[in-house]
Amino acid sequence: MVATLSVSFAQTPTAIAIRNARIVPISGPALARGTVVLRNGLIEAVGENTTVPSDAWVLEGEGLTVYPGLIDALSNWGMPANLAAPSRPGVPQSVGPVIQGNLPAPPARPSQGPEDRPATTSWIKAADELQPTDHRLEIARNAGFTSAVTFPMRGIAAGQGSIVNLAGEKPRDMVLVPAAGQYLTMASSGGGFPLALFGTIAYIRQLYLDADHYVQVKQAYAKDPQSVPRPEYEAALEGILQSQRILLPANRMVEVDRMIRFAAELKQPTILYGMREGYRSVDLLKKAKLPVLVSLKWPVKENDTDPDDVESYRTLEVRDRAPSTPAEFQKAKLKFAFYTDSVDQPRDIQKAVKKAIDAGLPREEAVRALTLSVAEIYGVSDRLGSIEKGKIANLLVTRGDIFDDKAKVEMVFIDGKRFAPPPEPPTPAPPKPTAN
Amino acid sequence: MKTILLSTLAFLSIGCAETIVIENATVMTVSHGTFKGSVVVRDGKIAEVAEKVLVPQGATIIDAGGQFVMPGIIDCHSHIAVDGDVNEMSVAISSMVNIKDVIDPEDIAIYRALAGGVTTVNVLHGSANPVGGQTIVIKTRWGKSATDLIFEGATPGVKFALGENPKRPGNPIGRGAPGAAARYPATRLGVEDTIRTAMTEAKEYKAQWDAYQAKVAKGEFAIAPRKDLRLEPLKEVLEGKRFVHAHCYRADEILMLLRVADEFGFKIRTLQHGLEAYKVAKEIAAHGAGVSTFSDWWAYKVEAIDAIPYNAAILQKKGIVVSLNSDDQELMRRLNTEASKVMKYGGLSENEALAMITLNPAKQLGIEDRVGSIDPGKDADLVIYDKNPLSQFAKVQKVFIDGSIYFDRDKEVSGRPAKELEKNRLIEKEKPQPITTQAPAPARRPA
Repeated sequence: MVATLSVSFAQTPTAIAIRNARIVPISGPALARGTVVLRNGLIEAVGENTTVPSDAWVLEGEGLTVYPGLIDALSNWGMPANLAAPSRPGVPQSVGPVIQGNLPAPPARPSQGPEDRPATTSWIKAADELQPTDHRLEIARNAGFTSAVTFPMRGIAAGQGSIVNLAGEKPRDMVLVPAAGQYLTMASSGGGFPLALFGTIAYIRQLYLDADHYVQVKQAYAKDPQSVPRPEYEAALEGILQSQRILLPANRMVEVDRMIRFAAELKQPTILYGMREGYRSVDLLKKAKLPVLVSLKWPVKENDTDPDDVESYRTLEVRDRAPSTPAEFQKAKLKFAFYTDSVDQPRDIQKAVKKAIDAGLPREEAVRALTLSVAEIYGVSDRLGSIEKGKIANLLVTRGDIFDDKAKVEMVFIDGKRFAPPPEPPTPAPPKPTAN
Repeated sequence: MKTILLSTLAFLSIGCAETIVIENATVMTVSHGTFKGSVVVRDGKIAEVAEKVLVPQGATIIDAGGQFVMPGIIDCHSHIAVDGDVNEMSVAISSMVNIKDVIDPEDIAIYRALAGGVTTVNVLHGSANPVGGQTIVIKTRWGKSATDLIFEGATPGVKFALGENPKRPGNPIGRGAPGAAARYPATRLGVEDTIRTAMTEAKEYKAQWDAYQAKVAKGEFAIAPRKDLRLEPLKEVLEGKRFVHAHCYRADEILMLLRVADEFGFKIRTLQHGLEAYKVAKEIAAHGAGVSTFSDWWAYKVEAIDAIPYNAAILQKKGIVVSLNSDDQELMRRLNTEASKVMKYGGLSENEALAMITLNPAKQLGIEDRVGSIDPGKDADLVIYDKNPLSQFAKVQKVFIDGSIYFDRDKEVSGRPAKELEKNRLIEKEKPQPITTQAPAPARRPA
């Protein structure tokens, strides 16, 4: 059997069939023994009694489980370093000379106000900046990920995310949806306006007011170009107007409440991300009916803290309860998904998801939060997120139950192409008589 | 001690829409004297206050024998309950930022202020900008959401600042962030110029909108002007819809601001601090501004060198509405004793002293029809002290806001052990578990 699995594809076969494997399609009940057929990058058939086509290469799936490929709902995999730096609220960051190519550089003098739009690069699309050579793509595949919604993350209106597959020779092979939403942060601009949190909020508010006004002025000009003054072209506002949804950060319950109100004010379809105090925010979120992304970076006690510092009850509670957030969300039937939040080593991701499972989230729901739920939140569940006929052939094949300590990612399929992690280096174990 | 005031401690039984009678208390109404009597609270409002009242059927009776009831304290200058920095340091005119956007209802300072009898707070932007951010009045409704903290209907404000603080970021030494570019202005002249610039722009902006609205009213085609968040609140100041609370110390800068305001046709609602206000009391009274000052702080910096503790009393005698504020979350918890200082310095009466932290700040904030004294029809924002609140030995026993108990000393004290226990449980739970894969080593000595 081992020999069958380690077949290396010198060329891509027209069809692949994985048979006699346990199949967890997520869109429906698991099949104890079934067959999946992949052809032309799509799933051609899946079922218990599916016949293997005569031209298909066959993988014996005995002892293996097939899941939909995992999707990171908010990532910067594939982004160049100058776009990938995740911003933290309140930490000043320099926008720096942005991007290669012909994109405008931010103003050199410190910004005097929102109209200067420092820290806005809303026009940038992740799809245009993708780097297929990013070594993190391989690490992600080894952890079972086949797609990600990857974003430029630097600045306040950082740019538009794209839904991408995590393999491809050229960036254009990888892009599934080029514009998936505008990534907004509560960062400061570094030097100029804004520096404080309320400055950032005012900044974003002005950006959206200006975008509204821009539309009005452009429409008026289009109707009557001879008497209405020609509006200036504004890349920052064009980028805002292109974005079909926004992502807003919310970790504390106070922030969840604040961002729900802000989203309503901006009148944009909104996804909230963070959710460190999600377990406390269930009622708020249920009322707001906004989809949320839960960070897999659970809060931990910082190293080297002053031992005499007394932590607040809330701080202790948050560390204790944060991993129970997904279980609480699932019970409340909230629409949620996971994102890796720079936890990108396969072991660490597995451990982080396991923590949520241990805190009460059913395993299949954990998989769903990394597959079908992501696809639903971004409106691509017709293509991604489950093992169903006609969907993109992105699959994860494991030995053992996914997210278990002993689970092993055997391979992933992306657009029907197989990728296998390198064999694990032999662990130095006490010498034992070799079996088999 | 800091372990004790946990952030979750205020799950007090908050019941509303019921009738409460506080009996046998010394009632300090502030508006119409102090007497032994009762206060009847119904549906969150004060229904009756008198020496003798008819106790309604089914009312909850609180026997306050030997105790004192006064209106909830109002702090006209505070920076509590704010997430992030209270200054937008980067620009000289930061009126686009709004405290309302960053209210943090879980700031423990709210609960501590409440425990000091404070029920209403004017939350201000800092003083780093000649024209600062928008301000908001809140009630200390601990346990409620940011939106529910807001004093509904209270006129919002905008912070102005004069003197040292707003010009400091313009100087090479002492500016805010390291490496930050020096920011105009660097002198008092520049502060005036900045305020004039802002108000001039606001006037033009208002004219644009007025012209647009006139066109729309006539049914003509017009494109709305761009909404400018920086000028919006200043336009509201010109329209009298938003108060100006101006940080100031020296007499010369106070006169400057009053002249600028008169010239542009708007009012300064309060002079905050106003340490040298006593020198120009006549001019302040003529403009109609209130002064919210410190009790007895002086000489802590050069521009505070001429401050005197008689400031409040002198201003009061000149017919100015005067309040005492904290500007500090610690001092905020004992504003009652701050008030008593005007009896020592200036010989004001007990009632006048109490008004400095209740009715007067209510007037300054335009909310005196809702709070600030114990009168029928006003919000039932009440504080029960065990002794005369003007004594430094007085302790807050209970605090009501809108007729609901938000602080109860007995429940606070009796609730502490349980909270401590819960906290310790979490600390223990987090400690690394001993490794149990190997059998424990045999005991070295017999049991």
